[in-house]
Order: sequence, then structure tokens, then C-alpha cells
Amino acid sequence: MEQVTFFVTALIAVASAIGLVVRRNPLHGALFLVVNLFCVAVLYLLLRAEFLAAAQVIIYAGAIMVLFLFAIMILIPGRAETGRDPFRRQRLAALPLGAAFLLLVGVLMWGGPPPGGAPPPPGGAAAVGRLLFTDYLLPFEITAVLLLAALVGALVLARRRA
Amino acid sequence: MVPVGYYTTLSAVLFTIGVVGVLVRRNPLVIFMSIELMLNAANLAFVAFGREAGQLDGQVIVFFVMTVAAAEVAVGLAIIVAIFRARQRINVDDLNLMRW
Repeated sequence: MEQVTFFVTALIAVASAIGLVVRRNPLHGALFLVVNLFCVAVLYLLLRAEFLAAAQVIIYAGAIMVLFLFAIMILIPGRAETGRDPFRRQRLAALPLGAAFLLLVGVLMWGGPPPGGAPPPPGGAAAVGRLLFTDYLLPFEITAVLLLAALVGALVLARRRA
Repeated sequence: MVPVGYYTTLSAVLFTIGVVGVLVRRNPLVIFMSIELMLNAANLAFVAFGREAGQLDGQVIVFFVMTVAAAEVAVGLAIIVAIFRARQRINVDDLNLMRW
């Protein structure tokens, strides 16, 4: 059952990722990316990372993709990739290079890590939260500064006649 | 139970699709979405490795990556919108002012 779920989800994830790259309309690409993010959330559930699955749907599929859709709507999607392509030959070279990269990473990743032997821990919000607020407290606080900086930066950039 | 190698292989495939997307597309929004795809692939690998090692640290890292991605998208989209306001065109190949 778990294997069937994994393979179906993985297939949908790869297909939607290819759709994102292939489709000309960025709006379609954004919707494909939402499908992909949901698939990764399902995989998180299979990996017993319930908290991350919820955070994935809320932060990525919710907040970040809404931001993307707003930007696409503002920037008039229809005219984005028309006209002649000045770097067509270089772009064609990207496909064999991508295949070579996949081969390289795939060989490294195929075996996975050496098994640790420990039983898989529960990934609920309580366990992750305890780790987050004890061992990782300083990075967590730095995250707050990062988000504030991003907020101020986005406001300054978006202001008319900055 | 699905072997961890399957998850990491799927992660490698998704990452490669993201790389190809960055290389072949001209629309900065699609390039941005391809970068999100790569971040997600890395996150998947983090969680898979974390489960195999029997530790929760991988999941905490993924939480931080999500935060960084949110900050990056906010600033990046603001930059793209600002460029579009100034130039009325957003093909990345047109933006060669800072290239020698």
C-alpha cells in the first residue's frame, strides 16, 4: 500500500515538474507547481513528517504560491516568452547537460545513506517544536531577523519611485 | 516500507528538472518557480536522510529552508516587479546591464 502511494505520488510529482518547465504560460506553470508541492507534502506524510506536511501546504502551497500568482497577474503573462530567442543554441545545450547532471547526482543518491539502525522518530509538531526551541533556538531567532529584513526589503523595493 | 534510496532518487530527478528549467526558460517568474522546485527536492532529501538516520534534525532544517524560501520569494518578486516597472520587459536575456 505504501509503495503504491509512493509510486503514484512520485509519478505525479515528476509529471507536474516537467509541466512547469515545458508550458509556455507561467500561470499554468504556477498551477503545476502547486500540484508538485502537494505531492511532496504527501511524501512527507509517508516519511512520518506530519508537521512538515502541514507546513508545506500552508506556507508553500498557500502563502508562497499566492504571492507568485499575484506577481504573474501583475506582469501580464501572455507576452512573456515571445519573439526570437537570441540564445537558442545555448539553450539546446542545456538538455544534454541536464541529463549528465542527473546521471551524476543519481549515481550519488541511488544508494541513499548508510542505515542508522535507529527506529524512525515520530515527526509530530510536539517533537519538532521541542527540538526547535532547545537545540536550534539561536537559528530560530536569526530566522526572525531574516524575515524582518525580507519584509522591509520588499516594502522598500515595491515603493513607487524608491 | 519504501527504501530511502527511492526518495533520494526522486529528489535528484526533481532537482534536475529544476536545473533544466532555470537553464532553458526566459521568464524570470518561471525561473523562480524552478528554483522553488529545487529547494523542494533538497527538502525531500533532508527528510528522507533524517528518517534513515533516526533523527528529527533533518525536519528542523527543512523548516528553516522553508523560512528562507519565503523571504527569498518576497524580495525576489519585489525585484522582478520593480524591473518590470522600469523597463516594461521581463525577459532575463534583456537584462544585461550588469554583464560584461
